[in-house]
Amino acid sequence: MTKDRIDRRFAALKAENRAGFVTYVMAGDPDAATTLSVLKGLPAAGADLIELGFPFSDPMAEGPTIQRAAQRGLKSGMTLQGTLDLVAAFREGDQDTPIILMGYLNPVLNKGFETFAALAAKAGVDGLIIVDCPPEEADPLSDALEAEGIALIRLAAPTTDDARLPMVVRRTSGFVYYVSVAGVTGVKSADAADVAPAVERLRKASGLPVAVGFGIRTPDQAAAVAKVADAAVVGSALVDEIESAAQLNENVTEKVLLKASELAKAVRSARVGTK
Amino acid sequence: MNAPAKPNDYSAYPDAEGRFGGFGGRYVAETLMPLVLDLGKAYADAKADPEFQAQLKSYNTHYAGRPSPLYFAERLTEHFGGAKIYFKRDELNHTGSHKINNALGQILLAMRMGKTRIIAETGAGQHGVATATVCARFGLPCVVYMGATDVERQKPNVFRMNLLGAEVRPVSSGTGTLKDAMNEAMRDWVTNVHDTYYLIGTAAGPHPYPVMVRDFQSVIGAEAREQILEMEGRLPDAVVACIGGGSNAIGLFHPFLGDEGVRLIGVEAAGHGVSTDKHAASLTGGRPGVLHGNRTYLLQDDDGQIIDAHSISAGLDYPGIGPEHSFLHDIGRAEYVSTTDTEALEAFKLCSTLEGIIPALEPAHALARVGEIAQELGKGKIVVMNLCGRGDKDIFTVAEALGRKI
Repeated sequence: MTKDRIDRRFAALKAENRAGFVTYVMAGDPDAATTLSVLKGLPAAGADLIELGFPFSDPMAEGPTIQRAAQRGLKSGMTLQGTLDLVAAFREGDQDTPIILMGYLNPVLNKGFETFAALAAKAGVDGLIIVDCPPEEADPLSDALEAEGIALIRLAAPTTDDARLPMVVRRTSGFVYYVSVAGVTGVKSADAADVAPAVERLRKASGLPVAVGFGIRTPDQAAAVAKVADAAVVGSALVDEIESAAQLNENVTEKVLLKASELAKAVRSARVGTK
Repeated sequence: MNAPAKPNDYSAYPDAEGRFGGFGGRYVAETLMPLVLDLGKAYADAKADPEFQAQLKSYNTHYAGRPSPLYFAERLTEHFGGAKIYFKRDELNHTGSHKINNALGQILLAMRMGKTRIIAETGAGQHGVATATVCARFGLPCVVYMGATDVERQKPNVFRMNLLGAEVRPVSSGTGTLKDAMNEAMRDWVTNVHDTYYLIGTAAGPHPYPVMVRDFQSVIGAEAREQILEMEGRLPDAVVACIGGGSNAIGLFHPFLGDEGVRLIGVEAAGHGVSTDKHAASLTGGRPGVLHGNRTYLLQDDDGQIIDAHSISAGLDYPGIGPEHSFLHDIGRAEYVSTTDTEALEAFKLCSTLEGIIPALEPAHALARVGEIAQELGKGKIVVMNLCGRGDKDIFTVAEALGRKI
């Protein structure tokens, strides 16, 4: 029943009156060993939840940064199975940090929903985000994941209207992921003023915590979102660090963890002095 | 004389969710989902509106030049010595291919929806040219995404699009072909949801695109059916078309679906051969998966990663196929075969020298199988092939393949 790990984590964050910091990196970028060392270092760097991308050849919702990360992941030989292996290796040393896999439907469909769900639960995966699987198409996947206690995390977007909202939050658990900009990952910036009412609307409709992502790059942006949302997700800014460190032959793990801790600090201090 | 036409038994497909049996659907990001649902409603509304249909028919007649002729290819028929071969001459349409049928339909819909910016993807450039054409005609800005590889091998069409006022954006991700162009167009769409209409060129993508493109292209089959009845007094024994995404083929097939005696034969691009890793035959060499908004047959590896397609024809160079073809394949209503690059080149030359028609490389793939089909059917039978595009755009590719410098 691994989605309990997500629920426990958000309950703890609420008790601390702070937002969670969610990091995204791509499995196999630039290689499996580096991803594992990054994963192992992220909780100490301040990540409250970890999103781990599994690469897909045609990532239609990603900006250039994560497109290139997927290409590097594939080039290093990363697969969906390889991603599950990374989670299993991470779990050997960490039983508390929730891990959410994020990617596209075809590799999961290719494995078979039941097979995937069973393997993911065994590896210690807590949730799954599938960008190209809207709620209308999600029931077979939900069936398989629910049987293994894995949360299918739903995405809501600025274009999601009130009529659609009940459909979007149906059969979801863990948290709801608010895509704060209409666009691909890592290009536009989220406007904190627009985020607050959207988060409120989603909380009300779902009764779940709301994480915000797709437009957060800097500590200031992360802090602004952390004031109003239950969690702030940063992906492209971390993946950029991985890319530049790898290109400059620097220590990738060190660089990305340093960036993560700067962002974590901003998220953690965002609500200090408020109640 | 055959029995009179039966009503189309397949009209129940797709269902309300856009599914053709297990294929189709709407697999898009949440940001696009409300738009895709809106589009479905807007299209259903337009489809039922006699005024919209009359407007489309008028542009088809006076702008695109429809109906296109049905032509008895006498010398090819003699050459193969079997069934009579007819060409549906969609290469004679304005812009030189069947793509204008769909571009006209969708731009009228886009304007009806109040959209002010048009984006499209293109492979061979025929859909890009058709889209740029209708955007020029109706005064809408147009951005066409085209794989960098295709920009290189289809230079005349790039120039044509530019002349028509469209911006062509080369896409260098992946292998720089049609699927990458489609990814980039979807990224543009998700970023510019407020004003942009995505004018998809083939009968694939999220519902309602497969059914909408099919409907706009069905003018091909509807005319061909009427014309052959008039010329021969009966229906054909087989209809044949090439398939990349499959829009010209579904347009030809659909009005014949209910005519059980008519064989429907789709021809995929076999590239260097379907047993190699360089082909574009999704039905012959692929298996079901999800890409670009629909569940359909795809070329993919053991991990579910999409494999790059290969074909000498840029218009067939796509690792997927429209979902209705996957459905017709699985239920056995249509047959799907394939043609290699080399065979397509031979057919290209044969059609040029025997009929005085330089075909596009895409229908040359269909033609490469038509000879055998005509022989198999035998004398007294009739086969209709859709000559869906003219070959002017391909002369550089063909010259290179034949070792000629021009």
